[in-house]
Amino acid sequence: MNESSARIERFLHTDPRDVGCDQAMEMLHIYVDLVATEDGAAARYPGMAAHLRACGPCAQDFEGLLAAVSD
Amino acid sequence: MGQRDVGRSRTATERPALDPESAAWVATLSDASGRTREEAYERLYAMLLRIARSELRRRGSDTRINGPESDDLAHQAAADALLAITRKLADFRGESRFTTWAYRFVILEVSSKLGRHFWHRPTEALDAEDWDRLPDRLGLDPAHESQWRELVRAFRQAVDDVLTDHQRQVFVAVVLDGVPLDALVVRWNTNRNAIYKTVFDARRKLRAHLVTNGHLDRKAGDNT
Repeated sequence: MNESSARIERFLHTDPRDVGCDQAMEMLHIYVDLVATEDGAAARYPGMAAHLRACGPCAQDFEGLLAAVSD
Repeated sequence: MGQRDVGRSRTATERPALDPESAAWVATLSDASGRTREEAYERLYAMLLRIARSELRRRGSDTRINGPESDDLAHQAAADALLAITRKLADFRGESRFTTWAYRFVILEVSSKLGRHFWHRPTEALDAEDWDRLPDRLGLDPAHESQWRELVRAFRQAVDDVLTDHQRQVFVAVVLDGVPLDALVVRWNTNRNAIYKTVFDARRKLRAHLVTNGHLDRKAGDNT
């Protein structure tokens, strides 16, 4: 597979563990506190981690909340 | 997409003990004394406003707003977040620190208000589909066009052949036109999850089609 095909493959990739925006937003505070205070948040919530890798707006909210609590 | 995340372990009726700072917030925000309660809400509003302002700064050029307009939006986000917190205070279960739970409301308000603001100044004319933008949207290097020309043609055809009208409409708006999901939520009076799910399903269908027709490799364990 050449680099261009690999890019399109990544663009079209979907993770069946992805929990979607509703659940991600519902538990964002729990996940952010875990990320801020201990290792292993992604392993504990793989569906959340998969969603944040794929969803730009939810990843933006995650980064914002993490920055807020790290202030 | 998946259902509940496996990491979630507490039942709906379990309530972990609050840390002292969170307990103090809940106590003062629910205090029978109007003065104590008022002071707590004023302190919380000031914190929410600070977070809203810093979040708008953090998002920077993505927001395309600045100065007084940005500060006005920060005040609106803080006020609406405070209202939501007031209404939902009884729902706080102590699964995170109180401040993390409260800040979530203002971060989500900032996102929602930026989505609404997008339509005040849309960047491009969005009424015509410009498929020449597709390679750029997919992050493809023009210098390697010989690598991707045929694949992009097949991709473009698959959008027409395998997506439903609704999936195609959402796909064009999000991928081709680059409209933020939160802006589409406002325009179509829906929610972020509905749009994300539509794009998620569209991606799966497009990939399955491209694999079936030999444009992309089938992976081990692939069920498409």
